[in-house]
Amino acid sequence: MGFNLLTLFYLIGSVTFIMGLKMLSHPETARKGNLLAAFGMILSIFGTIFLYEDNGTPLHNYPWIFGALMIGTLAGVMAAKKVKMTAMPEMVSLFNGMGGACAALISIVEFRHITAPFSLPGWHVLLSNNDSAGLYIPIMLGLIIGSISFAGSMIAWGKLNGRINDLSFKGQQAFNIVLFLAMLLVSGYLIGWLDSANYLLFYVVFIAAIVYGVLFVLPIGGADMPVVISLLNSFTGVAAACAGFLYHNQVMLTGGILVGAAGTLLTTLMCRAMNRSLWNVLIGSFGGNTAIAGAAGVAGSYKEISITDAAVVMAYAHKVIIVPGYGLAVAQAQHTCHELELLLQEKGVEVTYAIHPVAGRMPGHMNVLLAEADVSYDKLLEMEVANEQFRSTDVVLILGANDVVNPAAKTDPASPIYGMPILEVEQAKTIIVNKRSMKPGYAGIENALFFQPKTSMLFGDAKAALQKLVAEIKNL
Amino acid sequence: MENILAFIQNNIQIIYIVVLSVFLGIEVIGRVPAVLHTPLMSGANAIHGVVIIGAIIVMGKVEPGNYISLIIGFLAVVLGTLNVVGGFVVTDRMLEMFKKKK
Repeated sequence: MGFNLLTLFYLIGSVTFIMGLKMLSHPETARKGNLLAAFGMILSIFGTIFLYEDNGTPLHNYPWIFGALMIGTLAGVMAAKKVKMTAMPEMVSLFNGMGGACAALISIVEFRHITAPFSLPGWHVLLSNNDSAGLYIPIMLGLIIGSISFAGSMIAWGKLNGRINDLSFKGQQAFNIVLFLAMLLVSGYLIGWLDSANYLLFYVVFIAAIVYGVLFVLPIGGADMPVVISLLNSFTGVAAACAGFLYHNQVMLTGGILVGAAGTLLTTLMCRAMNRSLWNVLIGSFGGNTAIAGAAGVAGSYKEISITDAAVVMAYAHKVIIVPGYGLAVAQAQHTCHELELLLQEKGVEVTYAIHPVAGRMPGHMNVLLAEADVSYDKLLEMEVANEQFRSTDVVLILGANDVVNPAAKTDPASPIYGMPILEVEQAKTIIVNKRSMKPGYAGIENALFFQPKTSMLFGDAKAALQKLVAEIKNL
Repeated sequence: MENILAFIQNNIQIIYIVVLSVFLGIEVIGRVPAVLHTPLMSGANAIHGVVIIGAIIVMGKVEPGNYISLIIGFLAVVLGTLNVVGGFVVTDRMLEMFKKKK
């Protein structure tokens, strides 16, 4: 009875995941969708704890299970509540890594069980169904994919918060391919000849997968991290599904595969927004070096603008478009930015925001950030709409955005971002760029826009600069 | 060949679930606006935390004296819980800010 009830719970869980994902893709229902999926998850988890039976015996070790659940819940809630909006992408990466590690650990425990079937009664039952491949394959896959996802996510996390720098060595690509093939070969050997194989090889594969995950993400530039995180996210989904395969557990299967498929689609959508292929993101990571070389052509003089001048120009404009970027996020300047928007509006200036799909460190990053500061939805223009508006715009204020407004994407075929759709801000009458310094953006390339005659630079931290602007405009 | 066919035969239901879920996963988020990319990724991230169920099963089956497996399993449940709880809470926090707007 209990076990049958559990199957019903799993069915409900699977349905809530599907509906949750569906609702998450529409703005009005997104929040409910998230809660619905969370409800299905809780039902599945507690159903498993109390109703799961393994050949008629219920689960035991409850103190351990509840202890672990409590620790995880406390830490998870605290981390999730404390994290700043700017650090959201890192957080997602970190949580994703935890899921990957979880899948890898499951594989390790299961491997320890199947390699010692006779010392642990009950376990060889699984082995005797003549479907050993059905057991070994998901264990190996779960181990490899989970470990890669874990190690990769950790590197992505470190890169986003600036603890880890890009690193690549000569022949790294070839080394990665060899490592990957070796991993597959050893796994194949383990699966096929487990009875006679050396069990230590299993841990060799585990370590190789960790190393592969690290080397796979290390050379990829920070600007591409969202794509990598999204890809690793779908990896973890597949790893979860492998564990689901292992236990013939429908809710893990549907949940994992759904995320695997949706995550892959989301990854390609993100790549498309940057007009690059996934392959190009993963392999083209070495473009970082050539990019700096290509920058030699763009140099010259730029002019600075004082806060007072910037305030006057903006206060007496008819139409101002603000282009937010990562600089805004880092400086936590979204509230001050909103303040500036309201102030200008009082003065009769039309203010909108132009949102590049990959501005910031994650698609939609800017939307999340500005939403936090109560900026109204209809003020946010998508790229296509914004590009039609720039021509009739008096002032474009760029706040810590760089690559997404770099005209090289349209004009310079040698540029690594060539072909990426950009915000065509140079059509506006005046451009004010707020940056901390003349340092190139995340893609590591110079921006010719900054040297154009109608562009002026307003150096400084976005928040400080905006605060001064607000004060200045109030005094006008 | 014989083995592969037998494998498919033995796991046919699972294979059906996998194939259908792949198509469903792609269809279900097919027309997501760019605004929701980050929350959607975060939500999906929480959903694959379902892997925790595997960790719980592992834990619940370990013999009480098998400390190495218990510790690994314990770690797996903690990490899985982090993934699930953290994932859903972060997603909710993101979406909370969207909701105030409308």
